[in-house]
Amino acid sequence: MAIQQIFTLAAYVVVEAFRTRFFAIIVTLLALGLGLTRFVGQVAIIETQAVQSSWLAAFLRLSAMYMVSLFVITSLVREFHDHSIYLWLSLPMRRSSYFLGKSVGFALVAGMTALLFGVVLLSYAPIVPVGLWTFSLWCELLIVTTMSVLCALTFHQTIGAFSVVLGFYILARSINAMQLMTQGPLLQNAHSWSDHLISESVTWLAKLLPHLEHFTQSEWLVYQTGSLENLVFVLMQTAIYVMLLSAMSLFDLYRKNL
Amino acid sequence: MNNPQRSLRFVPTKVIWLFAVSVILQIIWHFRGTSPEIHIQPLNPPPSVELLRVLSLGDTVVSAKILMLWLQSFDSQRGHFLSYKQLNYIALQAWLEHLLQLDPHSQYPLFAASHLYSNVSDSVKQRQILEFVYQQFFADPHHRWPWLAQAAVLAKHRLKDLPLALKYAQAIANHATSSMPLWAQEMQVFILEELGELEQARLIIGGMLVSGQVTDPSEIKFLNDKLQQLEKKAGEVNK
Repeated sequence: MAIQQIFTLAAYVVVEAFRTRFFAIIVTLLALGLGLTRFVGQVAIIETQAVQSSWLAAFLRLSAMYMVSLFVITSLVREFHDHSIYLWLSLPMRRSSYFLGKSVGFALVAGMTALLFGVVLLSYAPIVPVGLWTFSLWCELLIVTTMSVLCALTFHQTIGAFSVVLGFYILARSINAMQLMTQGPLLQNAHSWSDHLISESVTWLAKLLPHLEHFTQSEWLVYQTGSLENLVFVLMQTAIYVMLLSAMSLFDLYRKNL
Repeated sequence: MNNPQRSLRFVPTKVIWLFAVSVILQIIWHFRGTSPEIHIQPLNPPPSVELLRVLSLGDTVVSAKILMLWLQSFDSQRGHFLSYKQLNYIALQAWLEHLLQLDPHSQYPLFAASHLYSNVSDSVKQRQILEFVYQQFFADPHHRWPWLAQAAVLAKHRLKDLPLALKYAQAIANHATSSMPLWAQEMQVFILEELGELEQARLIIGGMLVSGQVTDPSEIKFLNDKLQQLEKKAGEVNK
């Protein structure tokens, strides 16, 4: 029964994606990305394909993150505003089933987006690196999706939720480099309490955030450096972090007086 | 299904006029006054590599490639072309070095250094950029030798500095790998010959033939002919 409810909810999310023309925008972004890639290819004198594939991969990754996150947030915020969440929860359905149904639906939408982008990249890179890149993009989107669900459940409004997701994404993508900066000679030799505080805060942030900088690397496409080790890392990090964010979302959802 | 929009006649005429006037005003505003002054921007030194890594959001390869294209087109600003002589070569080298640190596999920065920026009509800057190629060669000789070979050619023919060309050619020969073509390793022989160091040139050819690294019969014949030619030349000099 619960499984059926989960799949029904997931199917509705996919239908919603089609009806809100989510995939039409995705295809438009693809066309835009390909056009810009052609232009970039005209500028490059050597390594044209490497420049094109890395540029297109970065453009598609950021577009996917932006689109999927906005879709998740607006979909959930709308449910709060038009009170359809009350309707769902008035049915004989556990809150965890509602959460799982929505999450599975968002994961499917993220998967379809990653797959579409991966197929386009095949014209610039071989199938194995593209496969790894696509899977990693899906995992990255899963983390972003779960974070978006948590923020939408917490803030109930698009601007606040999206700002937090964006901040989270930028931090998770650059925290490793930030940590290296704090370990550099400039901060290591500084003895003021504020320098120490910054250094400690960054170290703690690095412990709490997912290591997204190891996900969806353009290097895999350009130099074919992706390996099974990368795949396992991406898979493990996604499993752990999606579990953590889901627990936080469920905690919040069960406490809500709906 | 009902048409979600009403007919155009429902829009007040004032609104249509407001729209038309706004568009015309915007176009007039665009063509106002004189054309903007052109200020050529100097090439400033890059930020630290660590900061560039943070700004790359974990994908340094893309940043390196985009920054390389930006650097390459820096000499063309708002339709005006700067000569390479006007570029700050210290800053340029720092940028190229940073790009290589962000994407060590890329050959683009060294290609640009040896083929584009080395065409500057200032021998001091030319030497600076060739030295940069030489320094970077040692980080990955297996992939970077073509750019040092180009530097050796430029030092020999453009700068007419045979000792400098020999230094580059010897660096290539000292780090030779099996995948490297023989001509790259033979460059030093021709430079030594031009420098009049016939004995050393003979020794190098002899060493190449004895070591067995040359297997192609036509290459062996070429080296043997060259050896005989050098011996003959040395004999004439000694008389």
